[in-house]
Amino acid sequence: MNLPQEVLTEETRQIVSRLLRDNQVVGVIGLRTEHNHTGPHLFTSADDLKELTLEPRYPLATICQAILSSLSQGKLGVIVRGCDERALIEMAKLTNIEMERLVLIGLSCSEELARQCRCRRPYPSHIDVGEIVEGVSPLEDTQVRRLLEQNVEERLAFWQQEFARCIKCYGCRNICPVCICTECVLKEECWVERGQIPPELQFHLIRAYHIADKCVGCGACVAACPMEIPMTTFYTLVQEKLRELFDYEPGLDTKQKSPITTTLEETPLREL
Amino acid sequence: MNYKTVLTVCPYCGCGCGMYLPVLDGQLGQPIPDKTHPLSEGRLCIKGWAASEHVVSPDRLTQPLVRTGDDLKQATWDEALDLVASRLMTLRDRHGPDSLAFLCSAKCTNEENYLLQKFARTTVGTNNVDHCARL
Ligand code: SF4
Ligand code: SF4
Ligand code: SF4
Repeated sequence: MNLPQEVLTEETRQIVSRLLRDNQVVGVIGLRTEHNHTGPHLFTSADDLKELTLEPRYPLATICQAILSSLSQGKLGVIVRGCDERALIEMAKLTNIEMERLVLIGLSCSEELARQCRCRRPYPSHIDVGEIVEGVSPLEDTQVRRLLEQNVEERLAFWQQEFARCIKCYGCRNICPVCICTECVLKEECWVERGQIPPELQFHLIRAYHIADKCVGCGACVAACPMEIPMTTFYTLVQEKLRELFDYEPGLDTKQKSPITTTLEETPLREL
Repeated sequence: MNYKTVLTVCPYCGCGCGMYLPVLDGQLGQPIPDKTHPLSEGRLCIKGWAASEHVVSPDRLTQPLVRTGDDLKQATWDEALDLVASRLMTLRDRHGPDSLAFLCSAKCTNEENYLLQKFARTTVGTNNVDHCARL
């Protein structure tokens, strides 16, 4: 069941207001609509709470990481959807962000959004606002299904055609919550030639490889792509393989290690 | 800790894509594309994504430099502007107003561009006004 957006927004405002009033957090990261535009905002008092909004989605996990690094004391609140929480968990595996210093306000997504995102888990581990809706298998997507029926040459031709549109804006890399290396090889000339557009296929393959075991399926990369290249279709298939072979999903537990970084003894192949 | 996001427009070309600039404890961060901007809808090109880099770049010029021979010497704004003004006037007087041309920019506001063409036409007396968007 989907509750009306206004109800969810009001409930969220009340939770944020309580957290701020009781001094449980220094501030809460969420979205604010001002001047008819909506963007990320740090709520630190009840004054601007009437401007709190829940849509559209922004990379709040990345913002949390930045703020936490300069927050010496106290906790930070953040409104998280399933993928935001998973992104934070993946970040915690890679960096020194401490999950204990975050107060998560869990927001469940609507059925419609879950279908749009082809999301298996359209909810965070703890739901404060909204109700749980059923996940959608990424394999239900028509494009994914069509690709799975094709042979290697056909699939390669499809991706070559898609990636030929790339203008190398680096938007997919910049917006991705789990693409957070300080030294990125996509900026090194031995891998990616300066001034060449579209870049070689390896530009996309390097990124796909680097996030293969980390992608939380938030879709931010595709949303930021000016050329509408369906990158998540690609990543989805890799993720499905990880599930199938190792029973592994990124973003579920900070202590769970990726099968890519462990030995087969530590993470055995699943009996198929 | 102080964090805010400032809604603004990309300073590079005439498209005017929307972005939020995050400022954390006075430090400018990487732009966040504005998903609700009617034109850019959460997308930017590489220039927009890099729009905050030059602000904090150590190579950024923060003072006017005046060339004398092969050297560039630091100058005050008054010195630099006086020099530019007198050189413009010399060239105009010696070779006529049409020996000069003025390039406006998509990076400027309408008002700034208006002022530049006004200056070209009324102060200098030439219609040689063009725009970087035609390059
Ligand atoms: S991927 Fe989409 S449906 Fe899934 S949690 Fe994120 S926003 Fe919700
Ligand atoms: S969906 Fe895209 S932006 Fe989101 S985690 Fe995966 S690769 Fe990164
Ligand atoms: S966002 Fe799209 S156009 Fe930009 S680098 Fe990524 S794939 Fe290429």
